[in-house]
Amino acid sequence: MADSASPGHSGDGETRRDFLFLAAGALGVVGTVAAVWPLIDSMNPAADVRALSSTELDLSPVEVGQRITVTWRGKPIYVDHRPQKEIDAARSVNIDELRDPQADEDRVQKAEWLIVIGICTHLGCLPKGQKVGDPRGEWGGWFCPCHGSHYDTSGRIRKGPAPLNLHVPPYEYLDDTLVRIG
Amino acid sequence: MSEFKSNNAVIKWIEYRMPIFSFLDDAIGRGYPTPRNLNYWWNFGSLAGVALVIMIATGIVLAMQYTPHATMAFDSIERIMRDVNYGWLLRYVHSNGGSFFFLVVYIHIFRGLYYGSYKEPRELLWILGVVILLLMMATAFMGYVLPWGQMSFWAATVITNLFSAIPVFGDQIVTWLWGGFSVANPTLNRFFSLHYLLPFVIVGVVVLHIWALHRFGSNNPIGIDAKGPQDKIPFHPYYTIKDAFGFGVFFIAFAAVIFYAPNLFGEPDNYVEANPLATPAHIVPEWYFLPYYAILRAIPNKLLGVVAMFGSILIYFVLPWIDRSPVRSARFRPIYKQFFWIFVADCVLLGYVGANPPEGQFLLIGRLATAYYFLHFVIVFLLSYLERPRPLPSSISEPVLKGGGAAAGAAAKPMEKV
Repeated sequence: MADSASPGHSGDGETRRDFLFLAAGALGVVGTVAAVWPLIDSMNPAADVRALSSTELDLSPVEVGQRITVTWRGKPIYVDHRPQKEIDAARSVNIDELRDPQADEDRVQKAEWLIVIGICTHLGCLPKGQKVGDPRGEWGGWFCPCHGSHYDTSGRIRKGPAPLNLHVPPYEYLDDTLVRIG
Repeated sequence: MSEFKSNNAVIKWIEYRMPIFSFLDDAIGRGYPTPRNLNYWWNFGSLAGVALVIMIATGIVLAMQYTPHATMAFDSIERIMRDVNYGWLLRYVHSNGGSFFFLVVYIHIFRGLYYGSYKEPRELLWILGVVILLLMMATAFMGYVLPWGQMSFWAATVITNLFSAIPVFGDQIVTWLWGGFSVANPTLNRFFSLHYLLPFVIVGVVVLHIWALHRFGSNNPIGIDAKGPQDKIPFHPYYTIKDAFGFGVFFIAFAAVIFYAPNLFGEPDNYVEANPLATPAHIVPEWYFLPYYAILRAIPNKLLGVVAMFGSILIYFVLPWIDRSPVRSARFRPIYKQFFWIFVADCVLLGYVGANPPEGQFLLIGRLATAYYFLHFVIVFLLSYLERPRPLPSSISEPVLKGGGAAAGAAAKPMEKV
């Protein structure tokens, strides 16, 4: 009995015990992680939530100069049917001066339709400018009332604490006036 | 008693300000001397702890997906099963976890009955255990109601109606329990609230249970007190590794049910949404309530049936004073040992009767088994005086060292009285 437990054969018994200890411990860690993962993953979006991940939008009733808001994945999507003057304003900017340099051409698929996620990139408020009479900020785009971020007519950050331009969601034109977001 | 030492600077820094490491060491570490002869029946306490942790962990994430409303509860459960990531797994772990929790706890209780773990000085430890059992039963019952299937609804109706047996105030009490004039949405809401609360109350009582345990340490298969350090070994690594081995065996059985027979313990009727206008033809509780259900139905009087059912558990509170034999372990109580196994068989028989309709032979068997259930405690009381125990070994280590099993120390010190 004492013989089997004794680490008498120097080194040999020691390394085997160490190996068993580490191997058992490692397997325990792997097993624990595998057991905990379903608990964590259950908090990720469920299948019914993921199924609602695209929104179709008909642009035909939207007049020039009109802005509308639709929801996609529970977020507001700002759609701006831009008049030529707003397009010109957005395209005449020196891109190098921008905080988050991006050309207007890279932010739209058709020049007259700007489609962005209407969430301020600072801390998640909804910038004003969608309704008639809303403040639109110094560049005529959107103005966030929470901490004073100004966005231009391309939805780019121009002034205030927000670090990035309003994000452009993934979208595609199904035909001339039908857009699928997501 | 604390001989905890560490060379780790961080551990020493914390230990000086809050001696949590020596506390843990005394609780489940090298600083907790434990009888050297514990057998595998002593694994079931730690297994119950693991089951409680599993139930709370899965229950918390399930509560994030569940809607406690009469019109939405059933659908939210189906959403958990179909749409939520791993929702099927979490729900099956939680629903079968209840069964395994009870299985483990019942074995734990029978172990205590066999080895006399409820006897002086562990009466309070035992009583706290009975409190935990009652809390578990309330929690399990209310959890079973939450899916709002037919079995859920009618279980809620029947069990809450038990309280209508209370003289004079019965109806008012039941209306109060329901929050209305039948089991309905207010009932579901409060059951959800309490189902979330009670497990944490159980955790609190488990802490007390372990506290009381550590006052005198575990009982052991021989049932005599340790005579000195030679009778004990440190909890860690000896019993941590033994408990861990038990966890592995437990998880194999648990996984087999979850993955291959997840509805083994369930009733198909509970996949039908609650209908207050139609009682299922044959309603039965979960298996772990069947013996009590059989006792309830055995007595043809509403109030007495309810009293007998609750009495079948409440009697454990006074068991330490019913059994007056100074010898703890049934190993040295040849007659008690036989009655213990008859009692186990009687409990299983009650469960079998509880699963069957209360008519014909089952009614008769149920009544006999119920009568025997209570008679057992009379027998235990009488055996305290009538039984002549076998001689006890003089120490825990003696039979181990002589290698002759329990009988080895027979001659050494006959009839030790505590």
